[in-house]
Amino acid sequence: MENQNHEEQEEEQIVTPWEVTAEKGGKIDYDKLIDKFGCQRLDQSLIDRVARLTRRPPHVFLRRGVFFAHRDFTDVLDAYERGERFYLYTGRGPSSEALHLGHLVPFMFTKYLQDAFKVPLVIQLTDDEKCMWKNLSVEESQRLARENAKDIIACGFDVSRTFIFSDFDYVGGSFYKNMVKIAKCVTYNKVVGIFGFSGEDHIGKVSFPPVQAAPSFPSSFPHLFSDKDNHRCLIPCAIDQDPYFRMTRDVAPRLGYHKPALIESSFFPALQGETGKMSASDPNSAIYVTDSAKDIKNKINRYAFSGGQDSIENHRKYGANLEVDIPIKYLGFFLEDDAELEYIRTEYGAGRMLTGEVKKRLIEVLTELVERHRRARAAVTDEMVDAFMAVRPLPNMFS
Amino acid sequence: MGHTKEQLLTRLQELQIDFPRYEHPVVLTVEAQAKYVGHLKGALSKNLFLKDKKQRFYIVSALAETKVDLKVLSQRLGLGKGGLRMAPEEALAEILQVPLGCVTPFALVNESARHVSLLLDQGIKSQECCFFHPLSNDMSITVNARDLDKFLTSIGKNPAYVDLEANPPVGKDQPPDLATLVPSDAKIVAEPPEKQVSSQGPERNHLSVNNHPKVITVAKAVKPSNASTKEKSPDAVNLSISYADPDKFVQEILEKTTSIVLSEIKEENIERNGEQLATIVSNNISKQLGLELKNIATIFKNTAYTEGFKAGIHHQPKRM
Repeated sequence: MENQNHEEQEEEQIVTPWEVTAEKGGKIDYDKLIDKFGCQRLDQSLIDRVARLTRRPPHVFLRRGVFFAHRDFTDVLDAYERGERFYLYTGRGPSSEALHLGHLVPFMFTKYLQDAFKVPLVIQLTDDEKCMWKNLSVEESQRLARENAKDIIACGFDVSRTFIFSDFDYVGGSFYKNMVKIAKCVTYNKVVGIFGFSGEDHIGKVSFPPVQAAPSFPSSFPHLFSDKDNHRCLIPCAIDQDPYFRMTRDVAPRLGYHKPALIESSFFPALQGETGKMSASDPNSAIYVTDSAKDIKNKINRYAFSGGQDSIENHRKYGANLEVDIPIKYLGFFLEDDAELEYIRTEYGAGRMLTGEVKKRLIEVLTELVERHRRARAAVTDEMVDAFMAVRPLPNMFS
Repeated sequence: MGHTKEQLLTRLQELQIDFPRYEHPVVLTVEAQAKYVGHLKGALSKNLFLKDKKQRFYIVSALAETKVDLKVLSQRLGLGKGGLRMAPEEALAEILQVPLGCVTPFALVNESARHVSLLLDQGIKSQECCFFHPLSNDMSITVNARDLDKFLTSIGKNPAYVDLEANPPVGKDQPPDLATLVPSDAKIVAEPPEKQVSSQGPERNHLSVNNHPKVITVAKAVKPSNASTKEKSPDAVNLSISYADPDKFVQEILEKTTSIVLSEIKEENIERNGEQLATIVSNNISKQLGLELKNIATIFKNTAYTEGFKAGIHHQPKRM
């Protein structure tokens, strides 16, 4: 979903599916974003409600405000309480073989949702999108899709409740019928407005949006859902995808479907700091799932942006700037124990704990995570990918 | 630009190194070289250009009859069992700047080969002189070990002679004996996707034939390793076998559980907690293991399902 001529708003921050920049090189203002987009804050009462309904502690990403905004999540919970089920939909654009921790965040959260609510999940691999936008060959994008599927499966999804599909494999039949229905509801001017297409963009790009919208409707998956169940759909995604799903939500009632609900996350910061960009060409901007323990230690020690003071005396005096400190942010994502995180924040903020100690703890946490992922990934065979991607019924998907 | 043969020869003369030189048609193998100079005084050498998994390069210069086992060498260098392999053709051109069939210790004169480690067969020391290519395979020159050392020292290299046929044990208490010969500040060469390189046929002076790059088809997703995926398919198959085996699965669970129990039930804890110890230990087990056991149980389930799925698509319908 690349974009050549979006409006340049130098004063304001820019958040689109293709570009995320803060105001004047500062931090993203999420409150302003929620206001501008018109979505809702995920407040503590909602988090408590989730805990109550699922009878388990809420996921660390909810407790720490990583997933912090939503649209219609309350309706989904209301329906769930009434005994109406919903299904999950998330996806990945397979543009590279190497996944980093930021890529894993939505999948880790989706796995939690699947386990907590006991609902089925469809995962879309938009190999066609990457073929068009990144100019990959069809074969290469399909290959990357399968490779990425292995890392996704390694996040721990339940095969009896999960359907992974690649666009090149699956588009057709009922899915395509929905694509056409959706396309008929969106004018050319509208997509240009949302996605910023120009006269020079090829028609593949212009006709892509319905592909990513169609999985929001259960009738796209006749092997999973029958016509009479008009299940709701919940989409965990990063907040920069919001403009994109607004198109889908706009179309849904006109087709007689429920609007898909969204639960949205903030951005995963690059190692060099909030203002840095995580880029595939700079391996030191992120921790990859293929990094060895040594790589992780190296990257955190050398590249993780520190909010500590420049000398020990100053640090003891003033404490660390927790707002910009990357190790603290990363611990916020991945350190499960709330009490321990609070302790580290207090001590580090007061200057009693040094950057080295914080980084050391982070290295432990990340190494364990990456090691666990690697083990799980090693157990994923090509046959397992075939099984996840087979068009088959999921008889116990709600139990 | 790499040094030319003439530049090298001039340099050797400047170092007052005497070297008989023999011109002959271009040769790519030791056998071919032997045809032209085998009758002359001097021992033939074979020269291997190798690389390890971390993009570090090595030249192994040995007498033609010395047995060189890459697996043993790899372990002695501390690179593990399969850490060494023949370097790809591009590296020959890029790093050593010599043509195919021309690997030679003299290539280290080039700046681009600054970080290449040289392992010399100690057998060379006992020879009167030894044949090497002087950066081009239409000529062979003979030098003795002393002069070779003189040359190497002049370019800032420390000559390292090794008993290449030795096979000392390498383990916890026996560190790899050649570990110091691994280059430290290795230049990172941007690697194209790895092509298969296999050693075949007669010993050659250069790296062996490259197989064609793997053809990527969708059905069998073979990975070129740009991102360093560390697992190979035998590993994945092995792991999934253990996740398909209830015995091994239960064993793993029991191991993890008992290790927590054993670490928690200590005298100090018994004293401190008394009757509460049982509850505390079981709480700890739930807390520490809960997530991990769920994860491996999911892998177990997915593996079993996959086996069933595979059987299902291959099952033959009942014959009527």
